Amino acid sequence: MSDTRAPVPVTVLTGYLGAGKTTLLNRILTENHGKRFAVVINEFGELGVDNDLVVDADEEVFEMNNGCICCTVRGDLIRILSGLMRRREKFDGIIVETTGLADPAPVAQTFFVDEDVKRATRLDSIVTVVDAKHLSQRLNDSREAEEQIAFADLILLNKMDLVTEQEAAAVEAKVRAINPYAEILRSTRSAVPVERVIGRDAFSLERILAREPEFLSGEDAHEHDSEVTSVSFEVSRPIDPEKFNAWMTELLASKGQDLLRTKGILAYPGEDRRFAFQAVHMIADGDFISPWKPGEPRRSKIVFIGRDLNRPVLRRGFEACQVEA
Amino acid sequence: MSASAEIAYLLDSRGVARELGAWVVGLGFGREGQSLAFGLGDGSVHVADPRNPGADWARVEAHRGAVLSLCPDAAEGVLTGGDDGRLARVTPAGAVEEVAAFGRKWVEHVAAHESGLRAAAVAKAVHVLDATGQVLKSLPHPSTVAGLAFDAKGKRVAASHYNGASLWFVAAREDKPRLLEWKGSHHAIAIHPDGGHVVTAMQENALHGWRLADGQHMRMSGYPAKTHSLSFSAKGRWLATSGAESVVLWPFFGGGPMGKAPTELAGGDSVLCTRVACHPQQEMVAAGFEDGLVLLADIASGRVLPIAPPGRGAVSALAWNATGALLAFGTEQGFAALLDLSRR
Repeated sequence: MSDTRAPVPVTVLTGYLGAGKTTLLNRILTENHGKRFAVVINEFGELGVDNDLVVDADEEVFEMNNGCICCTVRGDLIRILSGLMRRREKFDGIIVETTGLADPAPVAQTFFVDEDVKRATRLDSIVTVVDAKHLSQRLNDSREAEEQIAFADLILLNKMDLVTEQEAAAVEAKVRAINPYAEILRSTRSAVPVERVIGRDAFSLERILAREPEFLSGEDAHEHDSEVTSVSFEVSRPIDPEKFNAWMTELLASKGQDLLRTKGILAYPGEDRRFAFQAVHMIADGDFISPWKPGEPRRSKIVFIGRDLNRPVLRRGFEACQVEA
Repeated sequence: MSASAEIAYLLDSRGVARELGAWVVGLGFGREGQSLAFGLGDGSVHVADPRNPGADWARVEAHRGAVLSLCPDAAEGVLTGGDDGRLARVTPAGAVEEVAAFGRKWVEHVAAHESGLRAAAVAKAVHVLDATGQVLKSLPHPSTVAGLAFDAKGKRVAASHYNGASLWFVAAREDKPRLLEWKGSHHAIAIHPDGGHVVTAMQENALHGWRLADGQHMRMSGYPAKTHSLSFSAKGRWLATSGAESVVLWPFFGGGPMGKAPTELAGGDSVLCTRVACHPQQEMVAAGFEDGLVLLADIASGRVLPIAPPGRGAVSALAWNATGALLAFGTEQGFAALLDLSRR
């Protein structure tokens, strides 16, 4: 009984049409892992999905009247998740598939903005399936393909049987340039262990920046043709929470449209717990998580993934949030 | 804890309760006066006889998935919509009959009027059906319908959706809605008993209303949470709402609600009100809270009568019978109860 009140984990599955999303979905559903899933699929789904509980979604993106211009939510998801909650003893998790053309931001924002969804579910991770052979082309002709990589916690580099090792390395470099924080898994016909995809808890504040970014060797991923990039900074003096809040509020208000994802781990003065911060566009969330380890240097880190990132300005902004030396 | 143990809750002296085992999505008293049905998240409907509530409640499997909505049917029993795409009727005797099937789409909202009309919201359409279950018309909307209501006379049906609500004359020869526009996502909807106002609850923890005579907008904000439950008092003087840590009532008289502050009843516990139901005759409102507390408040005096104690799950359904002698409620944990409040 108590278990049915815990938030239901939701995995969001994105990726361009033909990348192997539905194959992955059917693998998750048919493998013998003893878990039951409710599946929310888009109306343009590629193939049949073999599951007891399948819900059609219309991908209705709604603007919020909260003065935040990029604040959009998926109205259909709010309704569907609320409906599913009424029979939540029937499944262990929810998988939401989106179309290849979907902007992942409204999906992620739904889990921050809607209090009913927030109370009943938690966003476990965003998994993006990428066609290793055709990714470069997709990145050239579609803004969504880029955003789906930027938002991902896990990227499945699929169709590895169709590319050489050299081609695969080049595609991986492109992905890293956009999002150095996601885990990349290589696969053929979406064959990956289900536990690598489901139950990752990648979106929790506790897991923010738990993975060290895998920057390309020789550093800086500036030389690439993608407009979405990422920058990260580290500072050694503690962060003044008031200065940080003021800076972040102003930054998200003015640059939120370009900032796809922002994540930070902050050391506050005289505080033994780490403060985790994340934002999707203008919508931010933060809380204290586990304490710093004894002897661990209390360095605050912040990461931005987005468009038109002004590295020096962001660096100076973050550095200015430190307490006086 | 000790304080609540000293309170006499009417449930103990005047109620019959059952554990039904799944989320109570909706409940309704049959217009024939001989049935009370609870619709659950496991697809079952439980039917009690209010004249003999202590007897066994019939359990029927009305839907293959969850019951998503339930209302008293036009003549007798209740109408249910499910996530199996079916619109069903459950008779006072506890038999299920399929009224219509809509494929894989959810039947998210249902409404019925004593004139014999029924309406079901399925994705972007509102299907209007007659007493035999024949679909009379299917009314299209720009986005998924998130709320549905007939007016008191059964002449119009209102549907809420993204960027406003649509008001349709059911008997119109040519179906063209009056579009009530307001930016944003609208869900719960209610029509004033005199037919002059339409009010919706919005995604942004606020209500929006339209005075139909002149199109005047009404904005009612300040809620800490989303409003899911709207109920006009018997003569339409008040609109009771959930979504705050009290019962929030907006005055629809003396020029209100524009420029008027709402009245708040039964506050102070820092627990969200989840359901409201105005008494069908008196100016009283029943309210259910997130901790399971149910109470009855007199609007004029603010006096509160405790109905049921906290502890059995957030109140998810609450309704009066037509005379106002019987009150029933259900919770997210599957607790369901019926109380007889008639004079003894």
